[in-house]
Amino acid sequence: MEPIIEVKNISKKYNIARHQGGYVAMRDILTNIAKKPFSFIKNKAKKLVGKAGKEEFWALKNISFSVEKGEAIGIIGANGAGKSTLLKVLSEITPPTTGEININGRLSSLLEVGTGFHPELSGRENIFLNGAILGMTKKEISDKFDDIVEFAGINKFIDTPVKRYSSGMYVRLAFSVAAHTEPDILLVDEVLAVGDANFQKKCLGKMDEVTKKNGRTILFVSHNMDAILKLCSRCILLKNGKITMFDESRKVVNTYLQNNPLSQESSSLEKRTDRKGLGNIKISSFFVENQEGKKVDYLITGKYYTFCIGYKSKNNYNPKNVSITLAISNENGSPLILASSKLTKQDFDIISSNGIIRCKINQKFPLTEGIYNIAIDLFSNGQREDFIKNFGVFEVKQGDFYDTGIYIKHSPFYLEQDWSLQTN
Amino acid sequence: MSNYKKTIRPKKTFSLNDIKEIWQYKELLYFFTWRDLKVRYKQTAIGVMWAIFQPFTTMIVFSVFFGKLAKMPSDGIPYPIFVYTGLLIWQFFSSSLSEASNCLITNASIITKVYFPRLILPISATITKFVDFSIASVILIGLMAYYNYLPNLSGLLILPLLLLITFMTAVGAGLFLASINVKYRDIRYALPFFIQTLLFVTPVIYPASITGKYSWILALNPMTGVIKAARAAILGNAPINWTLLLISGLTGLTALIIGIIYFKKTERYFADIA
Repeated sequence: MEPIIEVKNISKKYNIARHQGGYVAMRDILTNIAKKPFSFIKNKAKKLVGKAGKEEFWALKNISFSVEKGEAIGIIGANGAGKSTLLKVLSEITPPTTGEININGRLSSLLEVGTGFHPELSGRENIFLNGAILGMTKKEISDKFDDIVEFAGINKFIDTPVKRYSSGMYVRLAFSVAAHTEPDILLVDEVLAVGDANFQKKCLGKMDEVTKKNGRTILFVSHNMDAILKLCSRCILLKNGKITMFDESRKVVNTYLQNNPLSQESSSLEKRTDRKGLGNIKISSFFVENQEGKKVDYLITGKYYTFCIGYKSKNNYNPKNVSITLAISNENGSPLILASSKLTKQDFDIISSNGIIRCKINQKFPLTEGIYNIAIDLFSNGQREDFIKNFGVFEVKQGDFYDTGIYIKHSPFYLEQDWSLQTN
Repeated sequence: MSNYKKTIRPKKTFSLNDIKEIWQYKELLYFFTWRDLKVRYKQTAIGVMWAIFQPFTTMIVFSVFFGKLAKMPSDGIPYPIFVYTGLLIWQFFSSSLSEASNCLITNASIITKVYFPRLILPISATITKFVDFSIASVILIGLMAYYNYLPNLSGLLILPLLLLITFMTAVGAGLFLASINVKYRDIRYALPFFIQTLLFVTPVIYPASITGKYSWILALNPMTGVIKAARAAILGNAPINWTLLLISGLTGLTALIIGIIYFKKTERYFADIA
């Protein structure tokens, strides 16, 4: 049988703009011409000849794969690996630079919940508008209207403008519309990151039902490894715009976690180009020690840990007032923990060109199980020396924080606590 | 299922498939228009009356200052009817043009998240304005009754043609400007000024006849032919100038074709920079 999606050699190139941020105004171009007429002409000429030093960025490079009907495929990879670009190309929002994709069914993309929702319109009106944007016909929407409202659980507010909705209601309604579209192929991008845990569960359940019962095909981008494992039979691992692995989900997720080990050695760190800062002193290694002083591969909730950052400075360079900041965020980029020697006003005067700075966490590790990102920022004399935003990913495994065998399910932190009763 | 078979390839130019696709997406076109109409007068006290209020007030102000005080000639027609006919068509044109030019930016959040033929956005913007035009036309009927002016019924038959030319010109220029607007937001600021200037080089508040031997310059502006023909058709003040109308029609068609070609050519990067 013909595959439902067949991707052949897709590449997508972006030209990185010289101007940072925002949009180009004609004024800027005109003032540029006025300021430097000759270099402008030179650049134009170069462009015409095709020799301009444009900065190119390949968000996707030679991607080929095919998907059978009824499969749920996960797409994982670090930030900037090209996951979202791949979905955008598949959903025709932006065309590929080269290659060809054959799609053999009705496709609907859910890159964001509530695309096209208008704040002034009521819930009822938005269901129709959003449904139409997602590719449903008016009749389909009318037929499913009651189910949509039911699933979202907003019966009472159906005629209220959505600008008066709580963000939870908004998301529930939006997802509910999306969940009731009946395309042959559904592309989903990290949309489950919004909404409360119960609703997320409900959505996952709905998506699972849709693939298994109705034989629909789903391509699912997520940072939530649990969700990927639950929903997807196979998984694509993307790295720098290329597919590095396409296999059974469990294998791919394991590889992903192994390829992003908690401990990082100088050999791999030296090659990294995604650094910012002066670079007189650089992060040369990173690892986490447990209470016994042993390096660990993952953390366990409720244990004690020490974060260790190795540094290397340029020859004969002895920076003063060195401080380090560690920022831990969840997979959706929300910051959760900030540890910084600036906060404790502990900075160091470096006299040896390499060494290790340790940060002992004086409490049980509070994060619940999941995958987290870590960023490291190194300063000296208030100047940024080395900053790696997507430094690494690590896994926290479930641990018995309270020694009670009871685990938190729906909130990110454990808190050390002690309860007592005072009676009058 | 085979109905939905499609192939995504790098570059696209305008083809007949685009028209077929717009037809496929006609319900979305309807919903976009419906949304714009619904949203526009939400939380207003007099609601849809605004569609009438604006041209009506403009007509009164113009009638007092240009008609009464400046004694602007109006080819023997009562000035209020004369100017209102021009204003109606002019406002349809200018508001369509400006909505169409901005439609990609106002809908940027949708463009970057969902696929649909982008062409339906400017078309829907223009249809929305057509509804306003129809509502405001009621006033013209009232005015004609007030001045005991019988419309030239056979002349009314030409009205759809005039609206078609206006539509082609507005959508054509709108498509072109919208494509530029995505990249250079200057358009957003230049456009109101440009439209205001255009009002004075179009015979809306004055008859084309006062330009004398230079009237051929005005003929390059497709709206000149449309407004002149509309007056001739509805008010019967002069025979319809078919040559002028033909020029207008051709200019409008050219604008539409250039607009579509340019739009399709630049369409592929809309989602990347919108």
